[in-house]
Amino acid sequence: MNKSLDKVFAILWKDILSELRTKDVIISVPVFALLVIVIFNFAFEPDRVRLVASGVLWVALTFAGVLGLSRSFAVEKDQGSLEGLMLCPVGRDVIYFGKMLGSLTFILVVAIIVLPIFFILFNLPVFKPELVLIVFLATIGFASVGTLFSAIAVNTKARDIMLPILFFPIMAPVIISAVKATELALAGESWGSFSTWLQVMVAFDIIFLVVSSLVFEFIVEE
Amino acid sequence: MDGSSCQPLAVDIQELTKSFGNHLALKGLDLKVRKGDFLTIVGPNGAGKTTLIKVLATTMRPSSGSVQVAGFDLKENPVQVRCNIGIVSHHPFLYDDLTSFENLKFYGRMYGVPDLEERIHTVAIRFELIPRLHHQVRTLSRGLRQRLSIARAVIHNPRIMLLDEPESGLDQHASAMLQETLDAMSAEEGTIIMTTHSLEYGLKVGNRVAILTGGKIAYEESTQALNLDNLRETYYRYTGTRR
Repeated sequence: MNKSLDKVFAILWKDILSELRTKDVIISVPVFALLVIVIFNFAFEPDRVRLVASGVLWVALTFAGVLGLSRSFAVEKDQGSLEGLMLCPVGRDVIYFGKMLGSLTFILVVAIIVLPIFFILFNLPVFKPELVLIVFLATIGFASVGTLFSAIAVNTKARDIMLPILFFPIMAPVIISAVKATELALAGESWGSFSTWLQVMVAFDIIFLVVSSLVFEFIVEE
Repeated sequence: MDGSSCQPLAVDIQELTKSFGNHLALKGLDLKVRKGDFLTIVGPNGAGKTTLIKVLATTMRPSSGSVQVAGFDLKENPVQVRCNIGIVSHHPFLYDDLTSFENLKFYGRMYGVPDLEERIHTVAIRFELIPRLHHQVRTLSRGLRQRLSIARAVIHNPRIMLLDEPESGLDQHASAMLQETLDAMSAEEGTIIMTTHSLEYGLKVGNRVAILTGGKIAYEESTQALNLDNLRETYYRYTGTRR
């Protein structure tokens, strides 16, 4: 167990190091998310902006997340190092969890950059602990499904188109739950009022983490 | 029968098939490689050489048949199989954005190599990587990348080495270093399976040679019983192509 964890973290650390060198995701993806938020902020009347705030936030985070997820396996595939990773003496689930944690980290970093600016532009309370939990649960869902679909899409010719086509229909329950829960949290409702949406996200995260780790093997091997 | 026949089998393949849709790349292939053997596999393009190496490396699932590597069944114990093999291929399997050291450390951690820093230092000296050990791979010359790729393949001291046409991608210096590594492995009873297009090279380095054509091993013999002319003749007889 400890050895497997060490290997999961070795993959995570390798992805973080690569990203710190290239800055492919941590520059372009937050910029994209911020552009979406700024454009929506100008598109709506000031008195209506707060009504659509939760939808705008999740449009920005979801589309930005897909951009980041599309890079999850693409760099390794392009450099020819994906096969080297597959040659390592670890279960495919170890590789899946390592890559999933990498995606999770990058999407969370994007959220940490985007959220304060979102709060300021939409004139919302600067810190909402409920929102931290909602973002975290939704991000786990994004990363669990996105890592699996990124591995599928990377072997197709139209991988940039393939990932969103696979990703969005499956992610609909998480996106809807996140939008609804965020809306209630921003309106100052109690935890109980959006606990059902949180439960939907928790159930989705558990199911897709287990299923994705099991089927990952059949996707990455020829 | 050669002198190594009393040795246990390092690789035992029975009735191996691999299909891609309707195309059968391997058609009931049988092959036994004994511990300490250096088997070179020659064959024309599309014979199934790379497919065979990928199946042995566990990156490609066999369609049917039984494959044992280092005593472990490929389907039941793929992780144990991977522990015992190293592979040098056309691709270096390196991360361009990481340094040579970080690449070796990453693969070393994945293989669970004990005393990793010391082992990295040892292979870095052996492959003359020390001066560029902390430089990103993307800044290295082609020759240095090749040497780093061989260092990556041996970082965990594999008992079985798989080489997929290594001579096609290596420069002279890297080729010589690879040869030294293979000689050292052979001296320690390591097993080597190498595919190559060059009959001359295969005959020179291996102690057994096999001709793979049409997805099957058509011929196998000790290199001591062969010279280049009769290997060429045999190759032509089985494959219909001249080398």
